[in-house]
Amino acid sequence: MKSGTATKQVKVGLSSCGVAVGGRGVYDALAAKLKGMDVELEPTGCLGMCYKEPLVEVSLSENQHFIYGDVTPERVDRIIDEHIVHGRPITDWLLTTKSSGFGKSDYFTGQTRIVLRNCGVINPESIDDYIAAGGYGAIEKALAGMSPEEVIEVIEESGLRGRGGAGFSTGLKWGFTRAVEGSQKYIICNANEGDPGAFVDRAILESDPHSIVEGMLIAGYAIGASQGIIYIRAEYPMAARRIELAISQAKERGFLGTSILRSRFAFDLKIRVGAGAYVCGEETSQMMSIEGKRGTPRSKPPLPAQSGLWGKPTSTNNVETLANIAWIITNGAHAYNRLGTETSKGTKVFALSGKVARGGLVEVPMGMTIRKVVFDVCGGTASTLPLKAVQIGGPHGGCIPASLIDSQLDCDSLHSIGLSMGKGGILVMDESTCMVDLAKYFLSYSQGESCGKCVPCRIGSKRMLEIFERITRGEGRDGDLELIEEVATSMAGASLCGLGQTIPNPTLSSLRYFRDEYEAHIKDKRCPAKKCKALISYEVLPDNCTGCGLCVGYCPTGAIGGWEIESEICTRCGLCMEVCENNAITVSHKEGGDG
Amino acid sequence: MTAQNKSWDTPSFAVIDAIVHKHNIEKGSAIPILQEIQETYGYIPLIAIERIGRITGIPDGDIYGTATFYKMFRFEPPGENVIKVCRGTACDLAGAAKIAESINVETSAAEGETSYDRKFTIEKLACLGCCSAAPTLMINDELHSRLTPESVRKVLKKCKCGDEGSA
Ligand SMILES: Cc1cc2nc3c(=O)[nH]c(=O)nc-3n(C[C@H](O)[C@H](O)[C@H](O)COP(=O)(O)O)c2cc1C
Ligand code: FES
Repeated sequence: MKSGTATKQVKVGLSSCGVAVGGRGVYDALAAKLKGMDVELEPTGCLGMCYKEPLVEVSLSENQHFIYGDVTPERVDRIIDEHIVHGRPITDWLLTTKSSGFGKSDYFTGQTRIVLRNCGVINPESIDDYIAAGGYGAIEKALAGMSPEEVIEVIEESGLRGRGGAGFSTGLKWGFTRAVEGSQKYIICNANEGDPGAFVDRAILESDPHSIVEGMLIAGYAIGASQGIIYIRAEYPMAARRIELAISQAKERGFLGTSILRSRFAFDLKIRVGAGAYVCGEETSQMMSIEGKRGTPRSKPPLPAQSGLWGKPTSTNNVETLANIAWIITNGAHAYNRLGTETSKGTKVFALSGKVARGGLVEVPMGMTIRKVVFDVCGGTASTLPLKAVQIGGPHGGCIPASLIDSQLDCDSLHSIGLSMGKGGILVMDESTCMVDLAKYFLSYSQGESCGKCVPCRIGSKRMLEIFERITRGEGRDGDLELIEEVATSMAGASLCGLGQTIPNPTLSSLRYFRDEYEAHIKDKRCPAKKCKALISYEVLPDNCTGCGLCVGYCPTGAIGGWEIESEICTRCGLCMEVCENNAITVSHKEGGDG
Repeated sequence: MTAQNKSWDTPSFAVIDAIVHKHNIEKGSAIPILQEIQETYGYIPLIAIERIGRITGIPDGDIYGTATFYKMFRFEPPGENVIKVCRGTACDLAGAAKIAESINVETSAAEGETSYDRKFTIEKLACLGCCSAAPTLMINDELHSRLTPESVRKVLKKCKCGDEGSA
């Protein structure tokens, strides 16, 4: 079907977000039906509109692209017949159009795509597609006419700061590593992306893996490393497969190996798959893990630039950071640093999830307000309930109330309101979320990920969690909040690595902005959002109940009998309410509490 | 790659030794060795740790220490299908607990357990990177998203029927 000459083109998004909702079935149906037609069918990566996967893009001419969302194999016939054969787009199913590039829809207006330039556009499994989009042009430019120092200078001038969380200047970091004497140096790509709620790196690796190979080549050339390692988390099998394929294709074409592009530069790349440890996203732990040991961090200095993997000078860079590199080398530092704010240059990709209407990936210039991203680009909340809070930066980050959503999304603005960008996860919450429960969630997550090496993190997180558990059980006491603050502050100051130092962040920010909710739990034994199990009860509304018995079948403990839910046996899992089609189950504050 | 369940092999020295030798050409290969052993058997048999130690010269205790540090490694044989329920933030907010309950009702196995018929082992993990289609889970290597308590039961039933079909 791929003829290269066909002007009619159909693309199907086959990243994990597309595959998870049946994208492959859609692709197969299209392949079967398009057989014999002069139409090119290609898989592509993630366009960012994860909320409408499976996505199918139909283009009948060069600058006309129609994107269909929620496509099923059953819908394929009509799309082919009406749109492809007869040239009449099916407006009811149309999600958006992009005419010559992005820019004709709410979702793409306001986005500036550098990192995601090829995502959802090219076939991630084809090196030819990447090259046709200008790929491997940057390494060619660097090898042909730039010294390593010049490459570092351009990256430094671009103002690019690491996207892995710490926000350190990439150019400076490379400069340090270059300056250290040593014949063997390493460049590591950190693809551990452990933050729940962040999926930027996954999308890049699955949708544009060659951009990471090229970014690492340039980084290797700049710092003087001949070996690169991509450390990728085990939870991303598709990303690992695609990057592996990209590496083998790059080897075949001579972009990896010795005398790359007839220069004296030699570079080899390999993959290490993680084994399920969040702390291995921290660079020193990651090096321990690559060395085959327990992935515990070590204190710095010495900096990895001096003594990193196997004691050699090493630079660790995040996936998104590396995805910017080739673009900057090709387009120049100025094209990049004219975007963004004074101190945060360029763009940042955010991953939106939670109660948001259009969840997925958006790339915007640094400094855009949270409101613009959440409302203008992503359509506000998915429910009819108003926005309550936004959580940014996952387990290292924090949450802010709806009243602060005019704050800007850049490293320093976020810092000033007690947040950090983390890896760009933005979780949108409506009034149905309990902020105490959310803070407890992050705490229990981080506590489980503490490697146990240092006492403040190991014991502090445990003690804090115990207090949270008490509060959400309705056994909170006076002074609990002050105690949490005290433990949190000492943990932040005394922990060995970034994990322990930032575990208190979500707690402190939610205490700062939602203290009244904590007080309701402690003083009134009441959970305003009706989430904390010990403080709520479920009931049947006889007027709505049709006696269908669905809830009885789902109830794991057999607590439902007739119109009664036995409070003693009910575990408050909420399954009954979820499966009821008649709104006949209700949740209320538990008797005994005030309210 | 597939949603299909795997029938796990019984551990043998010859296979384990071959895996160790394959990776042992590089330093720091303990984790890739353990990973391939788990891919082969579904878990890390204790005898494997001894073989790795004997061939690589790494003390058994260090290998065991490494293996137990990482959540991915199992030390008991899993069921035919391994279900990993995402309990990341977005999934949790979207009702992952209810998905887990529903799986429990369907398989009679809770988190961390293997069902009596050994068809399913239930595990949890934090974030599969598909947060905007929460709640999600992975069966063997296949991702499923936008789940509801009902749809997850259908997915599991398919797994079971698939087994009968192939048996
Ligand atoms: C607990 C913890 C987890 C981290 N996880 C990641 C991660 O998953 N991915 C990442 O790129 N950086 C992560 N980092 C940051 C890295 O240590 C390091 O700063 C980063 O990879 C450097 O790359 P950059 O300069 O491109 O940001 C983590 C740090 C800590 C303390
Ligand atoms: S939180 Fe479940 S996929 Fe991210």
